[in-house]
Amino acid sequence: MRRLINRRPGRGMAASLSMLPFILVVCAYLYYSHARLLENPGDKLLPAPTTIAATVHRFAFEEDERSGAYLFWTDTRASLQRLLVALSISALGGLCLGLAIGVLPYLRAAVAPFVAAVSLIPPLAILPILFIVVGLGEVAKVTLIVVGVAPIIVRDLAMRTAELPSEQIIKAQTLGASTWQLVIRVVLPQMWPRLIDALRLSLGSAWLFLIAAEAIASTEGLGYRIFLVRRYLAMDVILPYVAWITVLAFTMDWLLRMLRAKAFAWAAPQ
Amino acid sequence: MGGTAMTQVTVKHLWKEYHDQVVLENVNLHVDDHEFVTIVGASGCGKTTFLKMLLGIERPSRGTFLIDGQPLPTEPGPDRGIVFQRYSLFPHLTVMKNLLLGLEMRDSRVFGKLFGAARRRAVERARELLDAVGLQAAADKYPAQLSGGMQQRLSIAQSVICEPKILLLDEPFGALDPGITADMHTLILKLWNMNKMTIFMVTHDLKESFALGTRLLVFDKVRVDPQSPEAYGATITFNIPLKGHRSSI
Repeated sequence: MRRLINRRPGRGMAASLSMLPFILVVCAYLYYSHARLLENPGDKLLPAPTTIAATVHRFAFEEDERSGAYLFWTDTRASLQRLLVALSISALGGLCLGLAIGVLPYLRAAVAPFVAAVSLIPPLAILPILFIVVGLGEVAKVTLIVVGVAPIIVRDLAMRTAELPSEQIIKAQTLGASTWQLVIRVVLPQMWPRLIDALRLSLGSAWLFLIAAEAIASTEGLGYRIFLVRRYLAMDVILPYVAWITVLAFTMDWLLRMLRAKAFAWAAPQ
Repeated sequence: MGGTAMTQVTVKHLWKEYHDQVVLENVNLHVDDHEFVTIVGASGCGKTTFLKMLLGIERPSRGTFLIDGQPLPTEPGPDRGIVFQRYSLFPHLTVMKNLLLGLEMRDSRVFGKLFGAARRRAVERARELLDAVGLQAAADKYPAQLSGGMQQRLSIAQSVICEPKILLLDEPFGALDPGITADMHTLILKLWNMNKMTIFMVTHDLKESFALGTRLLVFDKVRVDPQSPEAYGATITFNIPLKGHRSSI
């Protein structure tokens, strides 16, 4: 009998095993939903799949009576736009500042402790300040995500930059590199895949801040909708929205992973 | 640069201390142009510290350290190339681009990249050097795809492409299979003769130091205080000219 640590599933087996938890969850849902609806046909907690499908159809493919919009898609567009703008700002700012902190000792001495302190402020605690200062519009929501995500990207990239072997940095100088050349030819190209890693890790918190901001002050968006219909116990809306958010988050993560593998083949794990 | 300017290194009464710890004491040395200096000594005897001073990343505490009559630069520069034991290749660049980098940074201060005719000339030069180190077939591979020996060949080629006056080698073959080192010795002697540079090479291998050098330096501690081993530093205890070996290769 081989040890458990040495027994590995084949490809087909691994694929089936990976589906198993999903199937179990769906089965459990169907079972309990059915049981509750038998007892009380008006039960709202675990709506039947047909109810959910009808609701999704109404939200995604029928105009809203009041606004004339396709709510599902306007919510998706609003949320994705906020998220992508905020992540772009965080990524670009985080890359520039993190790299500069990692490369320039004077900047590191001046700024690194400040960034470390800022990154420890709970972003939700300053959400009221954001609402007071920049109002309830899009800027506040984007700023909340940036405040939550950017300092972590800055610190991560500063660390990754400082982790580059000193041999490389010295070698580049013996090849005549100026500070600027060192940054654009040696450091920056090696930081792109690290930036993608940092972004993937911050996707979760970015969604968290997005939904928090939308829940508090918004007129559209995935998080807004969920918190709006909560009042009516509309699980037939909440559940598909949560599933959709998960699909979106997973797709973004997958796209970033593909981008890293395709564009930065040299950085593939050995 | 290499052939025309004479490169002389002069060291007088050189001391290097960290707080209470003396690493080097009273080192005196004169090295002529186009010498191949091999440096041996026990671990912790200041060989690498000496090399780091030449490189410009360590400063002498006291004494004189002159290259061509000028005080040591305070940072690494293109006149002094370096080959480390590991980690000095750029993992995001192919073999060819690793080689081109030196030329590109020398000739394009703003972008660090060459285009058009200038790039073609640089590629030509890099190809010659790739042939010389036997890596022409691997031009488009990344460093991680190369064996340890090939990586060191590339690292050496990379550090000589800008024709430094001085080439520093910090145990460059220490991590390689013994079978490969003979090839590497032939290669480094070939480049040394092609570029007319002065070489300083730290090694653990006494045989290697005799086989390659025109001058062998042994770093050792003359005085040892058993109560306080850091009280005295190392110095050059043997400075042996090996003049015969240059012509024999």
